[in-house]
Amino acid sequence: MTHTTSHGSTDLQLPRSVRVELTVNGQPKQLELDPRVSLLDALREHLHLTGTKKGCDHGQCGACTVLVGGKRLNSCLSLAVMHDGDEVTTIESLGTPDDLHPMQAAFVECDGFQCGYCTPGQIMSALGTLDELERGIPSHVTADLNTVEYSDDEVRERMSGNICRCAAYPNIVRAVRSVHEGGQE
Amino acid sequence: MKAFEYVRAEDAAQAPGLLAEGGKYLAGGTNLLDLMKLQIEAPAQLVDLNRSGLAEITETEEGGLKIGALVRNTDLAAHPRVRQEYAVLSRAILAGASGQIRNRATTGGNLLQRTRCPYFYDTNLPCNKREPGTGCGALAGFSRPLAVIGTSEHCIANYPGDMAVALRVLDATIQTLKADGSRREIPIGDFHRLPGDTPHIDTVLESGELITSVTLPPPLGGQHIYLKARDRQSYAFALVSVAAVVTDSGARVAFGGVAPKPWRVESAEARWNEGAQAVTDAAFKDARPTAQNAFKLDLAQRLVQAVMNETQSAGTPEGGAA
Ligand SMILES: Cc1cc2nc3c(=O)[nH]c(=O)nc-3n(C[C@H](O)[C@H](O)[C@H](O)COP(=O)(O)OP(=O)(O)OC[C@H]3O[C@@H](n4cnc5c(N)ncnc54)[C@H](O)[C@@H]3O)c2cc1C
Ligand code: SF4
Ligand code: FES
Ligand code: FES
Repeated sequence: MTHTTSHGSTDLQLPRSVRVELTVNGQPKQLELDPRVSLLDALREHLHLTGTKKGCDHGQCGACTVLVGGKRLNSCLSLAVMHDGDEVTTIESLGTPDDLHPMQAAFVECDGFQCGYCTPGQIMSALGTLDELERGIPSHVTADLNTVEYSDDEVRERMSGNICRCAAYPNIVRAVRSVHEGGQE
Repeated sequence: MKAFEYVRAEDAAQAPGLLAEGGKYLAGGTNLLDLMKLQIEAPAQLVDLNRSGLAEITETEEGGLKIGALVRNTDLAAHPRVRQEYAVLSRAILAGASGQIRNRATTGGNLLQRTRCPYFYDTNLPCNKREPGTGCGALAGFSRPLAVIGTSEHCIANYPGDMAVALRVLDATIQTLKADGSRREIPIGDFHRLPGDTPHIDTVLESGELITSVTLPPPLGGQHIYLKARDRQSYAFALVSVAAVVTDSGARVAFGGVAPKPWRVESAEARWNEGAQAVTDAAFKDARPTAQNAFKLDLAQRLVQAVMNETQSAGTPEGGAA
């Protein structure tokens, strides 16, 4: 993605880069980006936050899930410039190896992964899922749209946008449940 | 992805004026950016609508709802009045895509999502919708997911979305703003086009025309059901879906996954009390399925039967024959 700022051979009157300000994991970041750069590539290639993974780059796998304004999205299907001024939360903000976030600890405890490639996306999506359940957002498996309650079925449906090639699904569901139950006490 | 000029619209009323020749609006980006990465779409300019307002749901004077074009799918499905009075719409939205995608996808963008025909997605293969005049690869090829009715010899693609199928049974109207500043209202039934010999044009929207809102008429009451048959239980497009609203005075039913637009035939609804086969025989009278997708006709009938079973076991109206 080299751009040719001083190159005269193109007819396009395109600005080569745009200014984008993001707050990433609480820290203000200023970037000059080609408008084509996805939020995912801005995080990984420009801010060197490589915890967020690229699986498909087309919204089909969930590996790139981050929170923007507290809500989960696929960072591969957003341009960074669309998020100028937004707050982005990535896996890097959650915990450290010595001091894991409860969701990270639960994934370890419950064996919620094998190769680990999908895991950052799974964890960010799981946090989004718990928040959406908390806020009473219904899902496809919610029997009564007006009564949203935690269940393993709800978690399975809500996490269906996160593919795990190692098929750690049953243990991911257990990990999310353990955090939910922990949070209840 | 081809280079483009990026412009942010701060106000919806100004958006059509900002759009340049060859430009496109950018809403959630979940369909457009996907297609741009594959160079199936290559707009010279993007006008970003995400800061332009249009993100509210308000009550209309008639007692219906006006949904801003930028309202996210998650927020629309979770809106208290939509859950209670337009449940078929909540159900249809929640049957589609994933939580992450619904958090971004907008009402306007969802209506305008393009087909998932595998030939449309593969730039090495012929496709009249993507590249007019190259032929239709699907006709004699892999047609299993595609349309069974409303097609032409130039294109058999289906409209893949769920939300619009519910909007069709609810008789929603789409409000737009044109580049010359004029506004118009488009009934959902007239919004998506059949392919004919111009399959590259999906809808009746003119170049630069902005969707500002979608309006729902006052609630119909009755039972609201959305059933979706697909190859896996979640996070997959419909093979066939059915949106139904069944009240004391009759049934409304529209089908998804089977046609280039949400497929609703009012004369078929009139036969509701004669049973599922009568309904689908009438709705799919002129169907021209391929050998690979003829199964969709049986599936549609079974889904209608499932709706009938559900509404009858819930002990509502006169039940009728069965
Ligand atoms: C993996 C995956 C699975 C999916 N599964 C499903 C599914 O099961 N069911 C389903 O229904 N959908 C599904 N979708 C599609 C999804 O619903 C659409 O991508 C989404 O609704 C598009 O909305 P958007 O706001 O992101 O549109 P964008 O991508 O921003 O825009 C789409 C088009 O609409 C135009 N546009 C947007 N807003 C306006 C406006 N206000 N006025 C005029 N033009 C406008 C844009 O120029 C563009 O051409 C899936 C998508 C993905 C990636
Ligand atoms: S069915 Fe339509 S979209 Fe698919 S290959 Fe044929 S022309 Fe293209
Ligand atoms: S990398 Fe974004 S969904 Fe796969
Ligand atoms: S742990 Fe390997 S892909 Fe999920």
